[in-house]
Amino acid sequence: MDKEKLLGLVAEVARENSQWVENSNPPVLLISASDLLSVSHHLWSHASSYFDQLSCVIGLDNGLEAGTMEVIYTLYSIPFNQSLMLKVVLPRENPEIESVASVWKSANWMEREVFDMYGIKFLNHPDLRRILMPADWDGFPLRKDYKEQETYRNIKLAPEP
Amino acid sequence: MSDTINTNSQLPDVSDFAYKESFGNSGLIITKLDNLFNWSRLSSLFPMTFGIACCAIEFMSTGTTPYDMDRFGMAPRATPRQADVMIVAGTVTFKMADRVRRLYEQMADPKYVISMGSCSNCGGPYWQHGYHVVKGVDKIIPVDVYVPGCPPRPEALIGGILKLHEKIKGESILTSRTDG
Repeated sequence: MDKEKLLGLVAEVARENSQWVENSNPPVLLISASDLLSVSHHLWSHASSYFDQLSCVIGLDNGLEAGTMEVIYTLYSIPFNQSLMLKVVLPRENPEIESVASVWKSANWMEREVFDMYGIKFLNHPDLRRILMPADWDGFPLRKDYKEQETYRNIKLAPEP
Repeated sequence: MSDTINTNSQLPDVSDFAYKESFGNSGLIITKLDNLFNWSRLSSLFPMTFGIACCAIEFMSTGTTPYDMDRFGMAPRATPRQADVMIVAGTVTFKMADRVRRLYEQMADPKYVISMGSCSNCGGPYWQHGYHVVKGVDKIIPVDVYVPGCPPRPEALIGGILKLHEKIKGESILTSRTDG
């Protein structure tokens, strides 16, 4: 399926405009956060696209200056041997996005990892807990402004010289 | 029975432990109780099967035929309750630290700990920026022997085991281990 048809397919359900990110391979489609769930479900269920696999969910912190965070979903269609990435830009303050775990089961743990590292909240996620860090850890380690806590359960984090 | 004790060449250096006096072929050896206990403890140090990073690969190698950990009487046990020595082979994260501590507490006395490799010695490559790594497993549990290396070769681990043997040789049942 070429890019034009794919964009048409997305436009069928998207309420806001989507656009291609230039010079990217696999193609990256920038969509609005509010459209994510409907677009995902449409791409998953439509007979001509059939993106039946969610390979990867990536979190990205663009830093304090840009004030944005991103979530990038890598989709793959096994019958059509085609890849597609969906990119969503979120505000850095209180980032929230609808979970796609209802479409792809594999999103469950991958979204938990993004939550764990960036603090991006996935709404209607079946089990949104930290996955790598201990449950009582402070802060989100991959944020650009992350400051590690001095002690964890009375053990110093910093090495003693 | 009496003959096997005197002639069995597999016994490690009985002369280290026992007075050389013996009464002919009667099978009697006079020794200190400490020496007997220490000798039996160090000759069957069951390690706990416990690998948490790449050091575990070298730990596994140590158990294979070329290095043959079994010649020191070391057969890995899958439960802390049957183990005498915990070989911390790998990076201890804060999340893992809970588990390490709990497994250590489940081991029966006398129990020993070998810290294997840079990560569990001091944090290793995560020394400065590894927010998630405990900078040395000795912050969690007492360590008897540190084996340096990243990861240490099986020879180095065996060296550490022999050091632990030396340490056990010097122990006495009259002083508690925690007294130093």
